[in-house]
Amino acid sequence: MLSNTVLFNTESPNSLALKALAFERDDRLLFSDVSVSLKSGDILQVEGPNGCGKTTLLRMITTALSPTSGQLFWQGQDVSRARQDYLQNLLFLGHLPGLKQSLSPEENLVWWRRLNSNSCSFSNNEVLASIGLKGYEDVPCFNLSAGQQRRAALARLLITQAPVWVLDEPFTAIDKQGVGELEALLIEHAARGGIIILSTHQDLDIKSIKRLSLTANQPAFREAV
Amino acid sequence: MELGFAAILRRDLLLAFRHRGEIANPVLFFFMVVTLIPLGLTPEASRLAEIAPGILWVMALLASLLSVEGMFQGDYRDGTLEQMMILPQPLYVMVLAKILAHWLVTGLPLTLLAPVLGMMLSLPEAGYLPLVLSLLMGTAVLSLVGAIGAALTVALRKGGLLLSLIVMPLYMPALIFGASTVQRAVDGFPVEGPLAILGALLAFSLLVSPFATAGALRVSMHG
Repeated sequence: MLSNTVLFNTESPNSLALKALAFERDDRLLFSDVSVSLKSGDILQVEGPNGCGKTTLLRMITTALSPTSGQLFWQGQDVSRARQDYLQNLLFLGHLPGLKQSLSPEENLVWWRRLNSNSCSFSNNEVLASIGLKGYEDVPCFNLSAGQQRRAALARLLITQAPVWVLDEPFTAIDKQGVGELEALLIEHAARGGIIILSTHQDLDIKSIKRLSLTANQPAFREAV
Repeated sequence: MELGFAAILRRDLLLAFRHRGEIANPVLFFFMVVTLIPLGLTPEASRLAEIAPGILWVMALLASLLSVEGMFQGDYRDGTLEQMMILPQPLYVMVLAKILAHWLVTGLPLTLLAPVLGMMLSLPEAGYLPLVLSLLMGTAVLSLVGAIGAALTVALRKGGLLLSLIVMPLYMPALIFGASTVQRAVDGFPVEGPLAILGALLAFSLLVSPFATAGALRVSMHG
């Protein structure tokens, strides 16, 4: 894989803190008191059984959902006050690939680049070749396999310059070799001073990974029922 | 800011071009229904001319309503809406780009087709220019207003009926003043009044709709 050289300022380390995050939906407490402090180089794996709120927590970290209580701090600043600044430093890959099915992987990338002014200088063809989609640049995404679509979505990791990556199940549908390459990319990003928060059920071959288990934060299960 | 606007406008127009069949639906609907009117009612020119202004406007409104449901649906299903909402750019600017793209591929073709259909319904000569002008502004109002409903119902599995219920009452002013513009022109009265009101409606919805739509999208996505 290409290495995404550059570009955020490694002089001043990044920091992202979750303080006592809680989420309640329909009178049911999904999780509460989730507090983590992350700095440059940290990889956090969010674990837990299905339905424990991993995706909810990740979406909360992207500010797509607001927490029932608790706060997010980016570089020591409350994110609810400096949302734009934080979002400029964030890349989120969700369950849904965020690809337009009738556009080719290349057209999807072009669109992403237009929306994010701070993308790197590799050409789209280079990026797609290194993500394993050589020869598929012009094929509409609906003709690609699930794994290839996931790769097309992951191509954004190679063009972004955002230090914070929030990845929801990034390994879904990816083959063994791809998993290895993605792991290498994550390690490299962390080494460059990035922060990664991901949810996955895979056992990752990454040393020094931090783990956050959501079951531990779950209160007495559905007491009302 | 212009960055997001242009990027989304270009992408939506490209997507529309890829889905030509789907995009042609409202226009085809408009065309078919209006051709059926003389067959079903009467081919007599004088009687058709009487109802032509109303028929053209009502059918244009329904054709526009048909297409409004899909405005955010595609983006919602494939996750691009989610991504757009966490871009470090104001959401209402991107929403405005989507509405403009929607109008360019539905409202504008409907407006351009209307004079041809007017001819089929033997619309008197005085009615053509007012018809085009009123539809030009009116369909833009319909796209803007429809966007709010589309945003509110985007996360519902079968939001079609609800969408119509939400949007229909808001469509009424545009219909009333649009159709009366054409009717007055045909009857030989000045049309500046209703046209000015349509313009005011357009200005008002242009101001309010992007914010309301962006807010509605936030509500829908949090659910």
